[in-house]
Amino acid sequence: MKPLRAIAALLLAVAAGALSTQVIAQAAGTQFIGITGYRVGPYGPNGAAFFTGFIDYLELVNQRDGGVNGVKLSWEECETEYNTAKGLECYERLKTRTATGPTAIHPMSTGITYGLLDKAPEDKIPLITLGYGRTDAVDGRVFPWVFPILSNYWSAATGIVNFIGEQEGGLAKLKGKKIVLLYHDSAYGKEPHPVLEAEAKKHGFDLVMVPVPHPGNEQQSQWLQIRRERPDWVILWGWGVMNATALKTAQKVGPPRDKMAGNWRAGPEIETEAAGAAAANENNTARQTRAGTDFPVVQDVLKHVYASGKGGNKSLVGTVLWNRGMAAAMITVEAVRTAQAKYGKKPMSGAQVRWGLENLNLDQKRLDQLGFGSMIPTLAVSCTDHEGSGLVRFQQWDGKRWKTASQWMSGDRALVKKMVQESAAQYAKEKGIKPACLKG
Amino acid sequence: MLYREAGQFKSSYAEDQALFPIRQDRYGMLVLLAIAFVGVPLFASDYWLTAILVPFLVFSLAALGLNILTGYAGQLSLGTAAFMAVGAFAAYNFELRVPGLPVLVSFVLAGLVAALVGIAFGLPSLRIRGFYLAVATLAAQFFIPWLLVKVSWFSNYSASGVITTQPIEILGFVFDSPTRKYLLVLAIVCVLALAAKNLVRSSIGRAWMAVRDMDVAAEVIGIRIVRAKLIAFAVSSFYCGIAGALYAYAYLGSVEPDGFNLDLSFRILFMIIIGGVGSILGSFLGAAFITVLPIFLDVLLTDGAHLFNLSLPAGVTSMAQLVVFGGLIIFFLIVEPHGLARLWQIAKEKLRLWPFPH
Repeated sequence: MKPLRAIAALLLAVAAGALSTQVIAQAAGTQFIGITGYRVGPYGPNGAAFFTGFIDYLELVNQRDGGVNGVKLSWEECETEYNTAKGLECYERLKTRTATGPTAIHPMSTGITYGLLDKAPEDKIPLITLGYGRTDAVDGRVFPWVFPILSNYWSAATGIVNFIGEQEGGLAKLKGKKIVLLYHDSAYGKEPHPVLEAEAKKHGFDLVMVPVPHPGNEQQSQWLQIRRERPDWVILWGWGVMNATALKTAQKVGPPRDKMAGNWRAGPEIETEAAGAAAANENNTARQTRAGTDFPVVQDVLKHVYASGKGGNKSLVGTVLWNRGMAAAMITVEAVRTAQAKYGKKPMSGAQVRWGLENLNLDQKRLDQLGFGSMIPTLAVSCTDHEGSGLVRFQQWDGKRWKTASQWMSGDRALVKKMVQESAAQYAKEKGIKPACLKG
Repeated sequence: MLYREAGQFKSSYAEDQALFPIRQDRYGMLVLLAIAFVGVPLFASDYWLTAILVPFLVFSLAALGLNILTGYAGQLSLGTAAFMAVGAFAAYNFELRVPGLPVLVSFVLAGLVAALVGIAFGLPSLRIRGFYLAVATLAAQFFIPWLLVKVSWFSNYSASGVITTQPIEILGFVFDSPTRKYLLVLAIVCVLALAAKNLVRSSIGRAWMAVRDMDVAAEVIGIRIVRAKLIAFAVSSFYCGIAGALYAYAYLGSVEPDGFNLDLSFRILFMIIIGGVGSILGSFLGAAFITVLPIFLDVLLTDGAHLFNLSLPAGVTSMAQLVVFGGLIIFFLIVEPHGLARLWQIAKEKLRLWPFPH
């Protein structure tokens, strides 16, 4: 009888849990923001930095400004562990929390983004995929609910090619050069392939693709292959533990490490620090957000949030991903503010936030007002351009901190735009979508 | 008192061989089906349907497939997720490349393709067993997702290897809402579970169990081991293939090969270990335990923290959830190593005597 009784008790506890979900009502009259985050699992450290920054910014808006035009922010974070199925469960859970829905979802995972692509339009919830996810979603006529704001993977990839060209003394010098793409063998890692292939054809360089299986903590054979290939440059397209391993193995095996360039996921401090000296002066990373604490908004967070003990984790403040999380939260909040200008000062629904995102305009003046300064490039989102910027900036790790290695620079905009429209048109045909701008 | 078969006489072979020989079981099953087919669609919210019930049913089907192979035929397999991937990508390609093919037909064809792949990877089982066979099926687990990524034809040359499934349409009726998808999955799972239940009671099912218990003895009494093992692999992979197709079409909507990783195979293996190895009911109980319990724990912990006004960082609650979940698995394995299905068995025996045990 004993185990049965224990199980009965367990079932009761579970039932109580199910009931208590009904008990909790979000504070009425607030702008509820649903967060599908991850702090455990192989990508946990990255997610922790990003989502700490995200929540710190929301807390700042509440503490310093008393909300957005007087509408307080509330939020709930649901753990996805970077797992698509769990992400969908979180999305469904957060969706039902309040009448206005979860404002906008930052999936922070390519897999979850793909899983939500069909659901979000049905539920009228915008997805903000800050520099990841489906690249052709830049075309807002086909993907009205998806916003790959800042530069997407294709812009970043062409930006890296431009950067390499600049370092070599002009894009014409790329002819006959050999560039290795060392990529995370996943949906994320394969994303830049078509655009890099097109660039290779256009500029006449030799592109060698070397996959690293997930999670990427063993790369001996890949780097031996790279050494055999004798490339002029290595593009690192990694995530998580793969980056540190790549830098360490590069040091051991020995190709020229100042000839390495990575995309934004390739070099948060966590991994670069783990790689220690190996990374010093050797890694150029394309950024859409700059690291550092010398931005007024970061100082505000320290003053208004951390000083009163409401902050997430002080050691993360100013890191690349923490700043990125701040920028992500700022974009969400500004979209709400833009929407409020049209629909009135009350909590905004998903459809209203979507309008706010599509009409988001953050010029340098506004960025300075917000205290972000030059942390992110200026943004002007429109129906045909859900990316809004496409600029990247390279930073180099000197062993302790990031140094700027270039100004904001764009990739091959024309090429990316052409490929985006082709790809979006094909998607629209497959799905039977009639491309059109959504109104209101 | 209530659960007692006294007075229920069987006067024919058919009655004696019925699926549910006890009247209470029969009615219980009918009530359960009525709730599942009528009550749930009427009352369950979209969250319950899409985030809990559909994955539960899909994983039950996958666990059922693995249970046929591991529980009944005794062949340990770590390739379940790979066979699911075969099913998902095969169904996608049948729908894509054969215009006008009914979706249910492509599900069945996908199951058959998975069965063929299963037979191919089952061939080593003729020579090796136990842990060594597990390693051989592990090869499937690594090879198949790799192949699906490597050959972009399988994903219709999508840049990232992600496939987005076509809408499910049967005879002009589109299964697009959560309720409709749930009913479709439920119907398929019920038919296949019934088939599995009958299969394991048939001569081939008895042959599987004989092979599982002692293959030399099985061979001596005239069971063709090669045939029994390969059929087990085929049937198991068929079930996993259908589960994979449903996973893609009815649950996620878009899948990538890396989603079908070793973790998923392990999860399904844990489902049958916790639910009960060699039990149809166990597959369902195990799937419920592994898919639904973490969600409940998560909700319980986050909301519990809210109730008591504790602001725990999200990371802490999810770690706590993993700790509690792991603890529960150990608890159940100690209390009842034969799984939840065995607990149900014990409960039924006790119910027969209740309220006057000897």
